[in-house]
Amino acid sequence: MLQYIARRLLWGVALLFIASAVIFVIFYALPAADPAELRAGRQANEAQIEEIRETLGLDEPIYEQYWIYTKNLVLHQDLGYSYEFDVPVRELIFDRLPPTIFLTLGAVVFWLLVGIPTGIISAIRRRSVMDRSMMVTTLALISAPVFWMGLVLLYLFAEDVGQVQVFPGIGSYIDAETLWQKAESLFLPWVVLSASFAAIYARYMRSGLIEAMEEDYIRTARAKGLSERRVVLRHGVRSAMTPLVTLLGIDVAILLAGNAILTESVFNIPGLGRLTFTAIERSDLPVIQGVVLIGAFFIIVFNLLVDIAYAYLDPRVRYR
Amino acid sequence: MSDPSRPLLEVRDLRVSFETEDGLVRAVDRVSFSVENGRTLGIVGESGSGKSVANLTILGLTRAENARIEGSIQFRGRELLGMGDDELRKVRGNEIAMVFQDPLSSLHPFYKVGWQIVEAIQAHRDVGKAEARARAIELLGEVGIPRPERRIDDYPHEFSGGMRQRAMIAMALVNEPSLLLADEPTTALDVTTQAQILVLLDRLQSEHGMAVILITHDLGVVAENADEIAVMYAGKIVENADAPTLFGAPQHPYTWGLLRSIPSLTAASGEELHPIPGSPPSLIHVPSGCSFHPRCPYAQPRHAEVEPELERVDDAAGHSVACLLAPERRAQIWEELRK
Repeated sequence: MLQYIARRLLWGVALLFIASAVIFVIFYALPAADPAELRAGRQANEAQIEEIRETLGLDEPIYEQYWIYTKNLVLHQDLGYSYEFDVPVRELIFDRLPPTIFLTLGAVVFWLLVGIPTGIISAIRRRSVMDRSMMVTTLALISAPVFWMGLVLLYLFAEDVGQVQVFPGIGSYIDAETLWQKAESLFLPWVVLSASFAAIYARYMRSGLIEAMEEDYIRTARAKGLSERRVVLRHGVRSAMTPLVTLLGIDVAILLAGNAILTESVFNIPGLGRLTFTAIERSDLPVIQGVVLIGAFFIIVFNLLVDIAYAYLDPRVRYR
Repeated sequence: MSDPSRPLLEVRDLRVSFETEDGLVRAVDRVSFSVENGRTLGIVGESGSGKSVANLTILGLTRAENARIEGSIQFRGRELLGMGDDELRKVRGNEIAMVFQDPLSSLHPFYKVGWQIVEAIQAHRDVGKAEARARAIELLGEVGIPRPERRIDDYPHEFSGGMRQRAMIAMALVNEPSLLLADEPTTALDVTTQAQILVLLDRLQSEHGMAVILITHDLGVVAENADEIAVMYAGKIVENADAPTLFGAPQHPYTWGLLRSIPSLTAASGEELHPIPGSPPSLIHVPSGCSFHPRCPYAQPRHAEVEPELERVDDAAGHSVACLLAPERRAQIWEELRK
């Protein structure tokens, strides 16, 4: 197992290299616009642009540029400077990462706490009124766009504009200082972000559990004289939950990689998603590049975690 | 509490049907049988004859919204059919245990074999983990698993097919049941392992003094193990006798078919097997009259209209058959078939 993990880690590093090369090619070798011009801003003259080109090393041959880029990345974990904010990209990302992590992890807790029990109840009360209404609700939640639901919740519950003023509204995260204040201001974003996930997980849990409950080993468990509760939770859910772990790993990685962008935008949370959004808007190439690389990093790491978890959860899967 | 003169298990007029989208499935139709303490009843029939459903029903494992269950199942004088779920749960795996056909799919793939056995013990006994584990090791050893103290921490997929079935049997026996329902316990195993499992079952039965219902499609399996044999066809028992009578003087054309389709080691190499023509009927559209008539070589037109009742045969106590042919005619045909 250790050997397997070591090999996967090496492979992960190799993948990151490949990803960084691809990113480099996309943003430097085949740029949509001249990076020097972008860096210089709108009112720059030719001489300034030339000077910037030189400072950024854009006049060097491509392989030379790639070498510098890789060297900086590996030796100094340096992702370059933001054109827009004039600060190191690394600093920007580390600045914006905590809100995204907090938002994602909170949402994960929300959607697991809601989605899993809903799925279990639906599966064991299959075709009941409760099951049907739960499944219709999940369909609605999956279909509801984040920006719409975010605005509706703000309209209903925000402290400033809401009908019932309970939760902090737009932009409250920026002013929040204590952990509790931050959590409070993230409550509505958590609900919004987790809604569709909770619905999806409920549906997966339901179909997985229905399938698991048909298995022979469930009949064995009943024949042993176990309580139905134990049969469902220890035998059925145990099987149905395994594929959800894979799903969870990927979902968390994608959200951490900046995919909570809509929720962050609606609630004005200064996270990675918002950073990406502004960077794209302003063609801030080094930032886009850094965010994409961080995203690749999360996806590789979480894939590895999922595989390790899977080996632990399903003893039939053995890695050598 | 229980009357010693009465059988351990007595099933009377059991009917089980399931409402499905395709129609009503009559899985078990007025079936009666009984098992005495320490004895073995073999129930033989093709797949879809209702033999498994009948046995699952004993433990209430066919209870479902779409199931209709009627009749009576008396176990030690207690009626199991109307029993509440909680009370029935105390019988399952404790007084009546069950072994299933495919030990790989019947064991939970994610839990260690020992864990699953310990769980079965703790479902009925208030014992600590260590004590339950010791008991599990003891049973695994008893069913012939080498180095049980080590194998107890293996997962089911690390066992061979035969070992898995031994583990299933160990799990069924941990609470010293007085009745073991073995549903095709050897079907998923290869032939040499089959024999070992049958010998094991036989040994454990005499050591533990329990009764066994052995369900199989293979008359060869019950030949050595069963005291009494019931032959099921399309949800009904068509013939019922002690084992020597059933093999020596069978009365039902379906039993003849089953006997003649067993390959025999002593038969001359050129001798043909005689498969039963056709396939078992759908339990939704059971043939009218004698349900075997479409496949019966001796059927008369009348047999499609009249339903035969299970009737006593004079040759041996407890021998009965549901056949519309005249007894003399049956004796005559069997004489011819034997040659």
